[in-house]
Amino acid sequence: MTRRRLPPSLVAGLALTTVFVIAALVSLVWTPHAVEALNIAARLQPPGGTHFLGTDHFGRDMLSMLMVGARTSIAVAIVAVGIGMVLGVPLGLLAAANHGGWLDDLVMRGNDLVFAFPALVIAILITAVFGPSAFNAILAIGIFNTPVFARVTRGGALSVWTQDFILAARVSGKGAARISLEHILPNIASLLIVQGTIQFSLGILAEAGLSYVGLGAQPPLPSWGRMLADSQTMISFAPHLAVLPGLAIIATVLGLNLTGDGLRDHLDPRLRGRQ
Amino acid sequence: MLSYILSRLAMLALSLVVASLVIFVMIEMVPGDPASFMLGLNAAPDTVAALRAELGLGGSPPQRYLRWVGGMLQGDFGTSYTYRAPVAELVTARLAVSLPLAVMALTLSTMIAIPVGLYAASRRGTAGDWSVMGLTQLGIAVPNFWFAMILVVIFAIQLRWFSAGGFPGWDAGILPSLKALTLPAVALALPQASILARVMRSSVLEVLGQDYIRTARAKGLSQRRTLTDHALRNALIPVLTIIGLQFSFLIAGAIIIENVFFLPGLGRLVFQGITQRDLIVVESVVMLLVFAVILVNFLVDIAYGFADPRLRRR
Repeated sequence: MTRRRLPPSLVAGLALTTVFVIAALVSLVWTPHAVEALNIAARLQPPGGTHFLGTDHFGRDMLSMLMVGARTSIAVAIVAVGIGMVLGVPLGLLAAANHGGWLDDLVMRGNDLVFAFPALVIAILITAVFGPSAFNAILAIGIFNTPVFARVTRGGALSVWTQDFILAARVSGKGAARISLEHILPNIASLLIVQGTIQFSLGILAEAGLSYVGLGAQPPLPSWGRMLADSQTMISFAPHLAVLPGLAIIATVLGLNLTGDGLRDHLDPRLRGRQ
Repeated sequence: MLSYILSRLAMLALSLVVASLVIFVMIEMVPGDPASFMLGLNAAPDTVAALRAELGLGGSPPQRYLRWVGGMLQGDFGTSYTYRAPVAELVTARLAVSLPLAVMALTLSTMIAIPVGLYAASRRGTAGDWSVMGLTQLGIAVPNFWFAMILVVIFAIQLRWFSAGGFPGWDAGILPSLKALTLPAVALALPQASILARVMRSSVLEVLGQDYIRTARAKGLSQRRTLTDHALRNALIPVLTIIGLQFSFLIAGAIIIENVFFLPGLGRLVFQGITQRDLIVVESVVMLLVFAVILVNFLVDIAYGFADPRLRRR
């Protein structure tokens, strides 16, 4: 078999995503300037000069803020996707193994119900009870991710269950739980990876939205959504404060979406050529 | 068909009961007593007790739950602590902003997405198709509140065509009100239109691959007539489903966008409720939003049952 060429969208997506992951990782050990350093004398500097991307209204270095913001966004979205997978995948496998039974029904109806609460509404409820924080934002996005993964897992698992090698496994005496883990899960892994990428990008958008309205990461922790909220009153005389975090969000989300699309094309030959 | 509708109705009712229980339990977990919060530290215990009774905070949790749900069924959503007004009144006033905003955004996104998706599908593989795919990919990645801020800079601050925020109220005339909702609706419609255009494109491509399209072409229909007479209608079915599914994202988006433009809609009401610990407002408005989403999905299900008889036998 000749090696397939990677789809261009996958290459472009991975390149964009890598830039931001590296920026986030580097921010753990080094940023051009300290993000806690307030320097009112150097506030609202335009890009260029000693501060490559300028400074904000407290004189903080924008590039450093954006790097730490990348860390916040990526961390929140990754953990939220993790929660969604850890809860959703077993539920989906369970539903598929009991296809047509009451357990299947229960899981799917429960799914519909959680789906009726948009992530933001879940976040509003959680915030009303526990107060705003990055942790509560993770929880809200994670809960919202759960039905998505349950649904994708169930859909993928159902089609695997009908195949002959599953019948063989059943004849050899394996139970539904073992079949789900040993045969179904590996066969739907690529599906889950693709969905994971898509939820990751939705998570970045959701985190930005929640932080923007003050329900997510709290100061002094820099986050792209908060930077946008802070910039709103200064947008007419310091547009770089609003433009830069926005571009960071767009580039990251675009990168992840392209990666997801490219991966799907690459992993599923039936879809190749179709979009 | 009747049994299908009945089973969906039962599901609708069950969903609403569970949703209301979840919301009620969450709000019950909030520490602190609203009555003593309102009256301050020096209030006499009997004053607090009187206010508790007035606010409907007395009784056991199950009693309070039944009173809340029973009240809502009769259109009584409780009384706001901060506004000292019935929540139902507040909600009605705010709906006059939020509902037109949602409808405008939905109309706008559909009106953009369907022609654009159709265009891309009919020019598949050409430069036009590629630009549509690229632009929609970008449109999905743009956070709508950021797009809203950029719109304000361009159209309100630079060009001065629109105001940067606020709402004159419908009493001030229909045109000024619609004008105030235009930028928010455009910001809200962008990601929706991008998603819908992509769905429309792949849906049209799917239909164009069917045998009956080949038959239509073989009997001499032009490409254009085939598209409009045969492909369009069938391709719209998946698009309608996605519009239904996107409704909850539209509501979530509207809550944030209202904050960008300082629009006195339901979203701002909820946020004020949170910051002022006006929990009855949060509780009732969240319930209303969830009810709207569940209802829309129910209607989509029913519409699907009419469109596709196979679904009724599930």
